[in-house]
Amino acid sequence: MSDAVISAKNLSLTFQTNDGPVHALKDINLDINKGDFVSFIGPSGCGKTTFLRCIADLETPTGGSITVNGMSAAEARMKRAYGYVFQAAGLYPWRTVGGNIRLPLEIMGYDKAEQAKRVTDVLELVELSGFENKFPWQLSGGMQQRASIARALAFNADILLMDEPFGALDEIVRDHLNEQLLKLWARTEKTIGFVTHSIPEAVFLSTKIVVMSPRPGRIADVIESTLPRERTLDIRESQEFIDIAHRVREGLRAGHAYD
Amino acid sequence: MTKLWHNAAPVLTILALLMALWYGAAVALNAAWAKDKAARADTLLTFSELVSDTMSQEKPLLPAPHQVVKEIYKTTVLKKVTSKRSLIWHGWITLSATLLGFAFGTTLGILLAVGIVYSRAMDMSVMPWVITSQTIPILAVAPMIIVVLNAVGVSGLLPKAIISMYLSFFPVVVGMVKGLRAPDQMQLDQMRTWNASKSTSFWKLRLPRSMPYLFASLKIGIAASLVGAIVGELPTGAVAGLGARLLAGSYYGQTIQIWSALICAAILAASLVAIIGMIEKVTLRKMGMLP
Repeated sequence: MSDAVISAKNLSLTFQTNDGPVHALKDINLDINKGDFVSFIGPSGCGKTTFLRCIADLETPTGGSITVNGMSAAEARMKRAYGYVFQAAGLYPWRTVGGNIRLPLEIMGYDKAEQAKRVTDVLELVELSGFENKFPWQLSGGMQQRASIARALAFNADILLMDEPFGALDEIVRDHLNEQLLKLWARTEKTIGFVTHSIPEAVFLSTKIVVMSPRPGRIADVIESTLPRERTLDIRESQEFIDIAHRVREGLRAGHAYD
Repeated sequence: MTKLWHNAAPVLTILALLMALWYGAAVALNAAWAKDKAARADTLLTFSELVSDTMSQEKPLLPAPHQVVKEIYKTTVLKKVTSKRSLIWHGWITLSATLLGFAFGTTLGILLAVGIVYSRAMDMSVMPWVITSQTIPILAVAPMIIVVLNAVGVSGLLPKAIISMYLSFFPVVVGMVKGLRAPDQMQLDQMRTWNASKSTSFWKLRLPRSMPYLFASLKIGIAASLVGAIVGELPTGAVAGLGARLLAGSYYGQTIQIWSALICAAILAASLVAIIGMIEKVTLRKMGMLP
């Protein structure tokens, strides 16, 4: 055991449906180390989101084991070990941006002064300072998603789980947010689990790319990125980047993603 | 000013149209009685005499609008509010039962909705009864409630309020069940990632999310409440209230009195719904849910 923050052993999850059992995950073995940026990529139905939800204790595995920070996923959730960013920003329309970020802090019982300080801090982190008193509908889609990332960061969990957070945004906004996310990751030194279906996004962001394939959901390839931790968007033109993207594509093909 | 006119013009047009229809119907319906009278007096009516007679009968089949307005003026402005002939006095009696019943109904409705959303047993068992309760005609239930409560010594405001409650809790239950279930799975999952308790999710997520649904229900509920209060006044022997005015009017063929009580009830209902609408606007704007 090295310094694995998240560790899955023979993890399986089978849903019982009316059409018989569906093997969402089968024998997943994976270690995620502290400070890693791990992307999960694969076609729909490959179990990438399900795996993230298992880490978050939003799904209960039917076989194998998973530990988060050395505890069971349920214990880790109760200790608020991670912040979770969903596909949609899901901000409450009746709360301001600041109020939305304060929400988990209120639930976790931080005092008022601490709440105010943290809201200011994370808003600065996602470059939304000055928007604290705006309502969500006054923000663009990209800004809303940044606010939702700020909310996930507010209580300073070491792990950040992100489920296709930029999936609904256009490519220009997405590039910008990806760059911001890398900066944020460098500053906060969090461990990030990131689900995506975009190959360039996965290669650009990750230190480790987990390629998954469907029916049953399993890991087809794990690619350790050789790119430096500090990256700019230009790196996407480099040969190294293209080689890694090629290997991801090979992994997807081997997993019959293109059938 | 032009904006005001822009908003008022359609309303006034419809109002004018309704007035024209009403006058036309009054002439048509009351003409028979006017001709009858003329035949007995052995006179012939000119058209203008006929029309003016149809609009000034004491017990017309359908009173003309200005007769109703005059009666309302007489029984509101010209009578002391403490007088038993004052429509304001009768209106207040109905209104107090309406408001009390509305408060009961809203409370009961919200409590039932919370129970239905949080308890599977209640979800399975309560809703069919709630729906059944509304399929029984209130006219059949109201006298029984009045009689039973009177037998145990409860009379006056409370029995009427209970009939109001019986009608007004229904839209609140239905609306609030939908409202409290409005948060999607993602928002509930999110609460779970923060390890939030059930009561926290209720106060921070479900309840604020249900506010637009609540107000929609309250608007229906208050109108139903007024109907309940009026119905509750019928079997008490026409003592007091708008319902009593309706019943007394129909006993003695006082159609003008019936219509003025009806119009007052309608104005009351419209005002109550408008007040709820204003509270809704202010609340939702304060919550940031209206731009």
